[in-house]
Amino acid sequence: MLKISNVTMKFGGVVAVNNFTANINKGEIVGLIGPNGAGKTTVFNVVTGVYKPTEGQVLFNSGDEKVISTLRPDEIAYLGVCRTFQNIRLFKELSVLDNVFIGGHLRLKSNVFSSILRLPSYNREEKEMLEKSNYLLEKVGLYGERNEKAFSLPYGKQRRLEIARALATDPKLLLLDEPAAGMNPQETGELMEFISVIKEEFDLTIFLIEHHMEVVMGICEKIYVLDHGTLIAEGNPEEIQNDSKVIEAYLGVD
Amino acid sequence: MKKNTVFNIILIALVLGILILMNVFLDNYKVTVINLCGIYIILALSMNLINGFTGLFSLGHAGFMAIGAYTVAILTMPVATKEMNFYMKPMVPFLLNLNMPFIFALISGGLMAALFGFLIGAPVLKLTDDYLAIATLGFSEIIRIVIVNLQSITNGSLGLKGIPKLTINNKPNLLWSWGIAILIIVFMNVLMKGSYGKAFKAIREDEIAARSMGINLFKHKVLSFTIGSFLAGIGGGLLATSLGTIDPTQFKFALTFNILLMVVLGGMGNINGNVVSAIVITIAMEALRFLDEPINLGFTVTSALPGLRMVVFSLILMLVVIFKKDGFVKNTLEKVRGKYAKN
Repeated sequence: MLKISNVTMKFGGVVAVNNFTANINKGEIVGLIGPNGAGKTTVFNVVTGVYKPTEGQVLFNSGDEKVISTLRPDEIAYLGVCRTFQNIRLFKELSVLDNVFIGGHLRLKSNVFSSILRLPSYNREEKEMLEKSNYLLEKVGLYGERNEKAFSLPYGKQRRLEIARALATDPKLLLLDEPAAGMNPQETGELMEFISVIKEEFDLTIFLIEHHMEVVMGICEKIYVLDHGTLIAEGNPEEIQNDSKVIEAYLGVD
Repeated sequence: MKKNTVFNIILIALVLGILILMNVFLDNYKVTVINLCGIYIILALSMNLINGFTGLFSLGHAGFMAIGAYTVAILTMPVATKEMNFYMKPMVPFLLNLNMPFIFALISGGLMAALFGFLIGAPVLKLTDDYLAIATLGFSEIIRIVIVNLQSITNGSLGLKGIPKLTINNKPNLLWSWGIAILIIVFMNVLMKGSYGKAFKAIREDEIAARSMGINLFKHKVLSFTIGSFLAGIGGGLLATSLGTIDPTQFKFALTFNILLMVVLGGMGNINGNVVSAIVITIAMEALRFLDEPINLGFTVTSALPGLRMVVFSLILMLVVIFKKDGFVKNTLEKVRGKYAKN
């Protein structure tokens, strides 16, 4: 579904990602791990179009295969790749409901005139968007807080709201950037369950960055390990746990 | 019908009733000031759409108003008046004979401003923050300079005199400016509650998140800028008819500043707040006129200081920006609303 082929991302003299190749099949949950500063988020930024890769390309297949590394972020989102952010980027001053509602805006077919004139076609679409937003909020357990402003939510709920907002864009591939960051073990457990549930319900493929090893080892079928921008290992959780290079990257050598 | 809609219709009817009463019972000067309030509501809201809701720091408002004002003036002035105005250089014959009813002229003014908003917006909206402010400010000056030099169309720096006014009983007809202002208040509310309005707000809140959620930043920014320019053109057109005289010096940066003052005091992205601040500031501008004149302090009389009014307003703006970022009116309104909600 997603092919990252030989992607290199340089910022001036710094090579953030070096010749990275990965392949994600439909329906998989794939993890991307590595020490701090390994270039994980840069990979996400390349996939979602925030950065244009210096070399290599990213291909996305949703019916027919397309090169997406030349597209704008909004075009990539339209094709069905959506993400959450490591340092939560909600629309802070807007209500929880509006945050999710805006996620659905890209699928809106009515133009601005029918929106201002409240034509039946627009009203119908808006109603559907609202129903869907409410449904997603129920799903992530934020329905009761739908009229609160997004910034007033506690941290864990903001994370869940970001996932709900991403789901509102109807993604086929969902990129989660450290979804469990700052969560306690119980919340982390709930999150893992939640990811499995939404994956089944919305027929998603999931690519996630995570530092909590129990999350990664628990739900990922395949794991890529980055260190200093270079891929040092790939495989299933068991293989990764026993890989000498990975252990070295995380724990150092004597 | 929903309870809210009924309430709003009653409110609008009430306001229109009060306006008619004011039109009948107040003197010409007061009606003129109230008329100006209606126009400034439109201008404040149009700038609020661009700066407050979409978060684009644009300072080009005076330019779009000038386009609206000149379009309306040229399209409504009778041929004889035009001939009298253009004594230095005759007017282009096509425009000389072009004449239409006010409402069509006003819409044309809005559309002209929107067209220029679109043409200017397309290149400059690639810029952000301060750069956008400088570019729009520059374009607004360019529009003014072009108007000064297009003598056979705009009469250059001589300006246009004798623009037909919309009067009733020899007083400005409040229903025009306020009617359109109410229409635009409703328009803004509908727009901002809809999906496009929410997308504008999303862009203001976080551009990176907005585009990652599939919002085409450029398209939405141009859209907001064009709609804002359209409304600015309408406001400019109404201003031209209410003043009866326009010339390029009116459309300098100071005009943009006045409107910016209303937007900031009323609260960025707050429709009700902007309506209140537009009214308060327009009235205050008139009420504080004594500051520009010699002031008798009892023991001495100061000399006339033209522009002292603006010093006061600049100070207010600075204090608001420092201490009450969300705008003064917004906070007060929310407090009142909070009290009612509790009881």
